[in-house]
Amino acid sequence: MNRDDIFSKIQEVLDDALGVDEDEVTPNASLTADLGAESIDFLDIVFRIEKTFDVKISQGELFPENLADNDDWVADGKLTDAGLEMLKGRMAHVDFAVFEGGDRSIAKLGDAITVDSLVNFVEIKLAG
Amino acid sequence: MRWLWIDRIVDHEPNKRLVAIKNVSLAEEHLHDYIVDGQVVMPASLLIEGMAQTAGILVGTTSHFKEKVILAKITKASFDSEVTAGDTVRYDATIDRIDDAGAATSGAVDRRVAGGEAWERIGRIELMFSHIDNNMAGTEFPEHNFVFSDNFQMILDAAGLGDYVCRQDA
Repeated sequence: MNRDDIFSKIQEVLDDALGVDEDEVTPNASLTADLGAESIDFLDIVFRIEKTFDVKISQGELFPENLADNDDWVADGKLTDAGLEMLKGRMAHVDFAVFEGGDRSIAKLGDAITVDSLVNFVEIKLAG
Repeated sequence: MRWLWIDRIVDHEPNKRLVAIKNVSLAEEHLHDYIVDGQVVMPASLLIEGMAQTAGILVGTTSHFKEKVILAKITKASFDSEVTAGDTVRYDATIDRIDDAGAATSGAVDRRVAGGEAWERIGRIELMFSHIDNNMAGTEFPEHNFVFSDNFQMILDAAGLGDYVCRQDA
């Protein structure tokens, strides 16, 4: 399955999970800021990606979870250097450039997850 | 007392499927506020609540009601016909996917009209449930399971499923 095929299926996943039109699902669209995803939608998206691509996704593998529970990763609501490095290491599918030298508020973390992040994730997952 | 929107569980396949029925009665005052073509009808929102209670109990049984199962999302709901007093509604719920964070369910809503014998499919509902203790970082909830209260126990007992709750203390 090539990247275009994956993108097309991700469009369908987001159409079903978020009720958005496929033409809104552009590669750079943020799941939260542009497509209106809320926390429970992330679980819905995980379930649908598993079914669509026949893959198994562990909790926290696709979307970061419970970061704030770890003081080494988050301080005063912002990602620490260690937190950012941990995310980069664990989540190669997400471009964390927005946090480099800028506002590291974890409230913005959702904005960093785009349609492309999901396509990257599936591509990496299928490559095994 | 929680408002119950199912009367009886009629079938249960553990971890997979639960079926419940509700008899719709003119004694339900809310019906009198919803009249279509001169006939009282059950609001779609309450049909969704009936499915949420059916599917929610099904999700709850998988953890023997240790998890607090909260309806988090109505993914899809569509109806083709109305339900009126005298009809029986049947909710047939199936778990599509479940993990520590929550569950996705899908199900059919069937109707048997007053005096009839055949069931007719009138709707489809897909729902998402959250296991809230695993999803609300930093938020603490009461230790007891306030979601599945005593009147749910009554319904479970009537269906022979009472043990599912008791086992949480075992």
